Amino acid sequence: MRVGLLVTCLIDAMRPRIGFAALTLLEAAGCDVHVPHTQTCCGQPGWNSGERRSARDLAEKLIEEFEPFDYVVAPSGSCVGMVKTHYRDLFPGEGDWLARVEALAAKTWELTDFLVNVVRIETLPGDFHGTLTYHDSCSGLRELGVNTQPRALLAKLPGVELREMPDCETCCGFGGTFSIKFGEISAAMADAKCEHIAASGADAVVLGDLGCMLNIEGRLRRRGDTRTQVLHIAEVLSGRAD
Amino acid sequence: MQNQSMHFQARAGRALADVRLQGVLKRFGSGFADKRDAARAAYGVDAFEELRTASAAIRDRGLEHLDSWLLRFEAEATRRGTEVRWAESAEDIRAQVLEICAQHGLKKAIKSKSMVSEEAGLNAALEANGITAVETDLGEYIIQLAKEAPSHIIAPAIHKDLDEVADLFATHHQRPRSTDIEKLTREARLMLREHFLTADLGLSGGNFLVAETGSVALVTNEGNGRMVTTLPRVHIAITGIEKVIPTLEDLSTLNRVLPRSATGQDIENYFTIVTGPRRADDADGPVHMIVILVDCGRTKLVGSDMKEMLRCIRCGACMNHCPVYQTVGGHAYGWVYPGPMGSVLTPVYNGIENALDLPQAATLCGACHVACPVKIPLPELLRTLREKQMEQRLRPWTERLGFAVWGFVARRPRLYALAASLGVRVLSWMGGSRGRISRLPLGRGWTRGRDLPAPEGRTFRSLYAARKFAVVYGERRRRAREARAARVQRGDPRA
Repeated sequence: MRVGLLVTCLIDAMRPRIGFAALTLLEAAGCDVHVPHTQTCCGQPGWNSGERRSARDLAEKLIEEFEPFDYVVAPSGSCVGMVKTHYRDLFPGEGDWLARVEALAAKTWELTDFLVNVVRIETLPGDFHGTLTYHDSCSGLRELGVNTQPRALLAKLPGVELREMPDCETCCGFGGTFSIKFGEISAAMADAKCEHIAASGADAVVLGDLGCMLNIEGRLRRRGDTRTQVLHIAEVLSGRAD
Repeated sequence: MQNQSMHFQARAGRALADVRLQGVLKRFGSGFADKRDAARAAYGVDAFEELRTASAAIRDRGLEHLDSWLLRFEAEATRRGTEVRWAESAEDIRAQVLEICAQHGLKKAIKSKSMVSEEAGLNAALEANGITAVETDLGEYIIQLAKEAPSHIIAPAIHKDLDEVADLFATHHQRPRSTDIEKLTREARLMLREHFLTADLGLSGGNFLVAETGSVALVTNEGNGRMVTTLPRVHIAITGIEKVIPTLEDLSTLNRVLPRSATGQDIENYFTIVTGPRRADDADGPVHMIVILVDCGRTKLVGSDMKEMLRCIRCGACMNHCPVYQTVGGHAYGWVYPGPMGSVLTPVYNGIENALDLPQAATLCGACHVACPVKIPLPELLRTLREKQMEQRLRPWTERLGFAVWGFVARRPRLYALAASLGVRVLSWMGGSRGRISRLPLGRGWTRGRDLPAPEGRTFRSLYAARKFAVVYGERRRRAREARAARVQRGDPRA
């Protein structure tokens, strides 16, 4: 099966190793993975800020780049949420585009959701040893229903002990441009998340969206916590977490 | 009530710095949300979903033909002796209530909780005209003593802690200070009783208006609503036109979803349906009953791209589930309605230019949408408002320019790749050996409260291209090696 890997702009720039982790996992699952080299951004920043023009342009670009594949997979709930639930709002009343949007939406998957529900992966390359706590990032959880999938995958790693934190489904305060426009509130929300992570007693917090990772890690370090690791689920599952 | 939403940023800052308020907010935490979850589980998660769907449909059915249902309500209510009035603006509400007071010679009002009366700033108008207005909902009573506005639509004094209430009561009741909750409650009851018995006007809101019977339905937990609607000579119910629902059957569905969503109760302590004034053989009830149907910006929403907001049944679930509300409290929002529903209603009722921060002050996490008993797509509505701000050029030019540049570059993969690789190199260098940036010149909003983990230094695309090149190049070399070995084996002189 030909799978297009939507790397996402944030992973491309900030944490390429997560992109490679996703690649490793998809290849381990037997997928024929393709990475369109012209890909940039799904348009989410513009869409969430009410700037329809850039969102629409980038949506058209992404649709053209990824529609040749059998599946499109991204290691990010929010980018997949953008494609699956919001793209249709960018093409109101445009039958041809809407048909293409729907076709793409139907074959676009968040990474853990894809591994569990499409390829039904059995053995994972990862061999993480330690205690983890999982943060449910908002878009993945509420737009896509990603909740049991990452936990089921973590359960396949014998060295992992999952210690749930209180309010694991509460937003970490990232919210895209919100984190800059309302930095103080955002940091206070991240602070509450850090306290919950600490309460879990886990060595690392693992999650599926890089925006939230940067927010949580940034706040943890500012609080003086240099011990707690912040890992992407793909890093843990692929064996690329150090 | 004067709209202070333009100062959201500053008010939120003060709320964050207020140690006592932060303590209260932490303790309140997800209390209501947890209770709602428990009630939902007890009802059955799937059944509750069906209930939400049915409730949203009922609201839509009423709203689709709002004009007809309102006229039906008016006809049925009038037939049963209720006087129905219409108010277009806050000023209109104040004028009409004062007119009724003058007409009936009313001097003292007892009030059951009404957010619409907050919209109208009714208490101040009554006081200015020599009419005493006493809030009888315990929370409202507390904040009336404190001369504050509600910070939550169903728990108006949620921002006050026990010590503050004890101080307020000691000052205003002139009795020994107590921090025993039961004693304080009893004290409030004692103080309020006198008012209940001496008032000539009862002012209430209305949770629903039932068109087929011309009734006003009220839900309360303290019983004060019943006193307000039965004891005084005149009862005025003030409520928004969007509260009309077609039938009593609809009411029974909505009253399943409302208390569960609000406080996690199966049913409120008091559920009252008021249909007209006292009849000849009634033991009690007001001599006159008046319903004021309020517009105050609501008709602007009918049939618009924000129409789903009219479904709102004022349960407060959205704020109970909102992480921003839980971090800054209700007063930061600056007007009558806080939290997600307030961030939609405030700009819509008061003008989009008068509440610029509110639609932006959300992470669009979706917790409100999932909790809403009538499935209002609150994050979508906030996003729509952001789009209107952008269209009306109400966002800073820097932000608009930023997106224009982003859109331009992100559509050009080569330029994008170049910009990204330069950008991550600079940021990576700034991160130094610790791998994090503590001060970012153009990203103070981020770095004031947290570090920015630095990028790794190279983009995925460049690493992937290098890897692919290595694979292809390696493959070519392997093939060449194999070919040479084959030639050697064959004794080919070219080897």
